[in-house]
Amino acid sequence: MKGGIIMPAMLRKIAQRLGMLQHSFTGGIHPDMHKVTAEMPIEDCAIGSLLVLPMKQHIGDICVPLVAVGDRVLRGQKIARSEGYLSVPVHASTSGHVVKIEEHAIAHPSGMGLPSIFIEPDGLDERDESLIPILDWENREATELRERARTCGLAGLGGAVFPTFIKLVQDKRFPVETVILNGIECEPWLTNDHRLMLEHAAEVLEGMGIIKHMVGAESGIIAIEDNKPDAAAAIQQALDDRDDMDGVSVVVLPTRYPQGSEKQLIYTLTGLEVPAGKLPMHIGVLCQNVATSKALYDAVVLGQPLTERIVTVSGDALAKPANLRVRLGTLMRSLFARQELEDFTDIQIIHGGPMMGERMKQPDVPVVKASTGLLAMSAEAMGAAHTVEQACIRCGHCSEACPISLVPNLLADQCRSEQFEKAEQYDLFDCIECGACSYVCPSNIPLVHYFRYGKGQVALQRREQVFAEASRKRSEAHENRLLREKEEKAARRSRVRKTHAPKTDEAKADETKPEKKAAAEPAAVEESK
Amino acid sequence: MPLIMLSSPHAHGGDSVRVIMLTVILALLPAAGVSVYLFGWMAFLLIVTCIVAALLTEAVCLKWMGRPVATVLDNSAALTGLFLALTLPAATPWWMAVLGSVLAIVLGKQVYGGLGYNIFNPALSARVILLISFPLQMTTFIMPMSALEPAINLYDFSICATLFFIGPEALNLGFDAISMASPLGHIKTEWTVGVPVAEALAAYQYSYLDAFLGLESGSIGETSALALLIGGIFLLARHSITWHIPITYIVTVLVLAGLFNALNPDQYASPMFHLFAGGLILCAFFMATDPVSSPVTPMGQIIFGLGCGILTWSIRTWGGYPEGAMFAVVLMNCAVPLIDHYFRPRVYGHSARRES
Repeated sequence: MKGGIIMPAMLRKIAQRLGMLQHSFTGGIHPDMHKVTAEMPIEDCAIGSLLVLPMKQHIGDICVPLVAVGDRVLRGQKIARSEGYLSVPVHASTSGHVVKIEEHAIAHPSGMGLPSIFIEPDGLDERDESLIPILDWENREATELRERARTCGLAGLGGAVFPTFIKLVQDKRFPVETVILNGIECEPWLTNDHRLMLEHAAEVLEGMGIIKHMVGAESGIIAIEDNKPDAAAAIQQALDDRDDMDGVSVVVLPTRYPQGSEKQLIYTLTGLEVPAGKLPMHIGVLCQNVATSKALYDAVVLGQPLTERIVTVSGDALAKPANLRVRLGTLMRSLFARQELEDFTDIQIIHGGPMMGERMKQPDVPVVKASTGLLAMSAEAMGAAHTVEQACIRCGHCSEACPISLVPNLLADQCRSEQFEKAEQYDLFDCIECGACSYVCPSNIPLVHYFRYGKGQVALQRREQVFAEASRKRSEAHENRLLREKEEKAARRSRVRKTHAPKTDEAKADETKPEKKAAAEPAAVEESK
Repeated sequence: MPLIMLSSPHAHGGDSVRVIMLTVILALLPAAGVSVYLFGWMAFLLIVTCIVAALLTEAVCLKWMGRPVATVLDNSAALTGLFLALTLPAATPWWMAVLGSVLAIVLGKQVYGGLGYNIFNPALSARVILLISFPLQMTTFIMPMSALEPAINLYDFSICATLFFIGPEALNLGFDAISMASPLGHIKTEWTVGVPVAEALAAYQYSYLDAFLGLESGSIGETSALALLIGGIFLLARHSITWHIPITYIVTVLVLAGLFNALNPDQYASPMFHLFAGGLILCAFFMATDPVSSPVTPMGQIIFGLGCGILTWSIRTWGGYPEGAMFAVVLMNCAVPLIDHYFRPRVYGHSARRES
């Protein structure tokens, strides 16, 4: 770990417990940040000749198209409705005509596709003005604002794209005390949140106000790493310019990966841990990305659904990196073309940051709500990160780097040898897949890959178990039903016989020995036939 | 393009096994240098022989096992050879050094499946086998810097080569003529005939400064506490090792020695004596911290260091052998899987209690 450890971890923990030192999450790494686009203002990216809007750009259930081929749509018009609770609708990101509704490759490492609506822009970029701006949000009910967040298609713009409205809830059992706006942006290369905070500080802050109002929180923290002092200064300035932001503060944290991870950030800021299997709201905290806050402002105050986002286009194979304001649905290829990259031989595309992002199989994939960055990496850079795996020498660097104190090398052994039960005991499912362990591993073991494999296998086993359990129950119920029916039938018959049938010796014996009755009944049934 | 698989992260810190092993070799250079200064050509021949033998054995093993022979360049075999050499007495004959290296690589490492899978520290396990098999040679130490007597001038290559490759008989010398006991062995022997520690050390002309600098007799690499500490601090600064094992190990020995020394100074040597004597510092900073055979987690490492300390002092004080450091480390190596299982750190969001 270059430039790492200043103080032994154990001393730091003791000092934190004694209150002598501010809390900070354990482990972590200091990768080269490559924030080459930090000084570059956000540029508007021209709308391409085709926009492809996948029917699912969030975590949750897939949407159902509301438009048909040939329909004219406006920017911000809802073109697909959400189905199920864990879902938000999709909006047209410019005006134009629906030319196709069919499957198209999405930003997924497997290259898989999803039903998508293809829009041919008409160049007018006409807005759907049906949503009325809510300027006096302070006086509105939280439920109304929450519905607005849902209608506008808001999902966490930090990359996880969890439907925002679900988190913006007042629950009397778990009152939210602190709202955290995450402006950490600890992934290397990415500067989209950095520029957003710098150029839209007031909107981000007002979004914070709306969130606080919605969940009834007392205090708010905007957390920024110290490699973005200008962003922190801009937010602080915006904060000083307002007088209705009591209890909101800007906290600048020393740069360390993965500080932007929700659980790690919450611990660093509050000293509280989100218990395993629980949510931040269970400890009175709500965490949102700064870009989501800005999107909430747009949705509420401007009445604009989520149709664009800021994307950092960068990477060591890109001569002309930039921060772009991109309409959702724009194909990645056209973004790279704008930045003068057209030949993709020996170039790997990463969707997101290098630590947690996904490698794309090809550039003909639309930008979605999760697209924080697009990186064009050279073969050498990727090759250096993915070299041949060697034997583990148990150096323990992975344990030191793990922000949740797992023992990655042991876990990887268990996943590799398919000892999944043991891996679960070793808290496999607490892994946040930040990649810090793989980053420091001197043997180049793809630890995170093993954990994903393990999680996938366990999930598969569980599904199979559930299925097996269900079919066992079904078959049991079936047998029980047959048995019951038989008994009922027999009981009916015996009743009938008791009243009408001539009394045979056998029947007499049955009456005198009731315990033998059940066994004798089938024979009696046969006889009566 | 060497893309084996492409799951995130797509960035790497650049650490490699080669560099980690090389760092340890660099950290041992002061001790190796001092050993050559103190024991002349004997130390040089011993170190070179062990390293070459270890590398050759490793290459042969890899070839037999059908693994890429280029793996031999990962510096781990060279390190094992160097480690072994530094734990041997200067008068070790060549064949014993070669045997030790072969044992270290074959029995210490490759039979378990190669680098990363061995239970014991390879060099130490070989050293223990040698000690048990050849107790006389392994506890016969040459006086450091003996350039005075012409027959055993350690700085004369031909004499040293003769001694190393043919043996003391060729020089018409018995081992007794050129050897002396280590301070640890000396006080142990003396106490068996009732001589208190202080008197025994006075008769030995023992001085703490000499012990610190390395002028007392002992295995070639373990005599100079100073050189080893320089290497140890280098490793700590480079973050190749953490403080947990060496510090707990040494502190445990010091505390035990101090406690018993206070109770009965005649029988039990002082903490300072224990610190500079034998292979404690070498084992604490270099052997016990061998990543493969030590626990992974900080808490586990502390337990490991504690166990090493207790065993080292106990064997030195009550055991049959004068030096216990290497036995202690090898014994604690056996406990590593258990330690790893029971002393895992508390995972974020989980209570301290553990159900397994």
